[in-house]
Amino acid sequence: MIISSLGQGLLWAPLAIGVFITFRILDIPDLTTEGSFPFGAAIAVSLMLKGQSAIVASLAGFLAGCVAGLITGILDTKLKIPSLLAGILTMTGLYSINMHIMGKSNVPLLNQKVLTEYLPEGWSLEVQTIVLGLLITVIVVGLLYMMFKTRLGLSLMATGNNKDMSAANGINTDGMIIFGYAISNGFIALSGALVAQSNGYADIGMGIGTIVIGLASVLVGEIFLRGHGILTRLIAMVVGAIIYRLLLTVAMSLGFPADDLKILSAIILIIVICVPIIQNRIRTKRQLKKYLEQMEEQDDESITSAASTEGILSRD
Amino acid sequence: MKVLQVQHLQKVFFPGTENERHVLKNINLQVNEGDFISVIGNNGAGKSTLLNTIAGTLNADAGEIDLANHNVSKKSVAYRSRWMSRVFQDPKMGTAGDLTVLQNLVLAQSHTHTINLKWYQKKGDIESYQQLLATLNMGLENFLNTQVKYLSGGQRQALSLLMATLSKPKLLLLDEHTAALDPKTSQEVMKITDQIVLREQLTTMMITHKMSDALKYGNRLVMIQDGQIKLDVKGTEKKNLKQEQLLAAFEA
Repeated sequence: MIISSLGQGLLWAPLAIGVFITFRILDIPDLTTEGSFPFGAAIAVSLMLKGQSAIVASLAGFLAGCVAGLITGILDTKLKIPSLLAGILTMTGLYSINMHIMGKSNVPLLNQKVLTEYLPEGWSLEVQTIVLGLLITVIVVGLLYMMFKTRLGLSLMATGNNKDMSAANGINTDGMIIFGYAISNGFIALSGALVAQSNGYADIGMGIGTIVIGLASVLVGEIFLRGHGILTRLIAMVVGAIIYRLLLTVAMSLGFPADDLKILSAIILIIVICVPIIQNRIRTKRQLKKYLEQMEEQDDESITSAASTEGILSRD
Repeated sequence: MKVLQVQHLQKVFFPGTENERHVLKNINLQVNEGDFISVIGNNGAGKSTLLNTIAGTLNADAGEIDLANHNVSKKSVAYRSRWMSRVFQDPKMGTAGDLTVLQNLVLAQSHTHTINLKWYQKKGDIESYQQLLATLNMGLENFLNTQVKYLSGGQRQALSLLMATLSKPKLLLLDEHTAALDPKTSQEVMKITDQIVLREQLTTMMITHKMSDALKYGNRLVMIQDGQIKLDVKGTEKKNLKQEQLLAAFEA
């Protein structure tokens, strides 16, 4: 069970990383996710059915997601549509586009060679999935880590944190926001392409609830792995995606029917939003108590030392 | 040599409604190299609007703005930042709180306008940044890797000031940059401002509410009232200006 959640979690990790870029770096809850995830799946599966290799198809899925993000970005920055609505518009439009690409609501892969089959045949499917997932995660995290160490990445972080200050320092903030949307949705679509290959089909409904899954993974990751460094934060997203899968697998094994998984996702998200707040409150209280105790001890010491000097003086 | 030329600048808020307000009325202003201008005026006189229009946060409704011999009337804030820096009134506005002191300084150091994939952090830079921060006398040199949100308001504003002057701008805009600080810190930041402006010989426009600061600092004083420039004195005339004269001008 843990092994299979590990593999599946790694395939879902690019989704968590994509959501992290918009939600944490740009500070935008981007609903394009629900459209770009199945968009990546639809593009990848239909290209594979047309005879393209799984590698080309997955990369095409990534690029398709970038285009979806680009559109939301332009709606948000250039047309000044509120970001939440911009995401909903792209997501809604993508539903039709995905239907056109797939032709019907569910398209299975036939005998096409999926990415895991590029790995040695002797390995079990679970090992293949984990190795493939690890490989892709290392590439994605590595590329992003390097990007965030460049001036471009710094400008992206600054834009998300303080737009006025960024513009005053010569950063093209609209361009940065569009760029952020694009790569974020690229990774989300890549995740869709990977999950579709793992499932063996693309489905028009596979995007439903992905924003909740993505946000939950981001928050779970941040609960388990804290840190300010960008590398730690990216790895936390991967950890979050895996733990989230594990939670779902546990729920399924407890006998929850598949239809109930969506409400379960929502409940998990509510819990993980609340946990850090409570954690923080408890931590602050404990620190405060410690601090006050120390102050008291100091006071006591100064009183006793005063008393002892007094004693010495009186003896004299 | 002129750094900034503002001609026939007009700004009207909410035109055509009953809240219509004509805030800038045909403003003409030339700022020359080496000018350190204190801009004063009542609340609502239009001084902040003037500064925002020069910076590009607001677009002028009519008129021309030439900055370092470039017509920037319709250009973005980012474009104008090639020649101009700004310190905001709110210490939180001028710095990115989630980024470290070092990262903020790097952003301010080089205004790149194309996509730049160079590593932003270089070993040699750190020492020069520390030396720069040490000149502020606020102990900031020890907090290079601290997120800016953990600094005090005064430290944050001093950092904003350092950042705004790092790229040696042709024009420095100070928008009541000491107004949000307590009296003592406000004085310190004002002193640092004066030092930096004189040392780097920066052409500066400083909005201030404090008449004493306006009289004490700078070599030129501009008073704005009801959307127009009411008073513009420089040189020895500015030096000899008294608070009573200024107050009289306000009342007139």
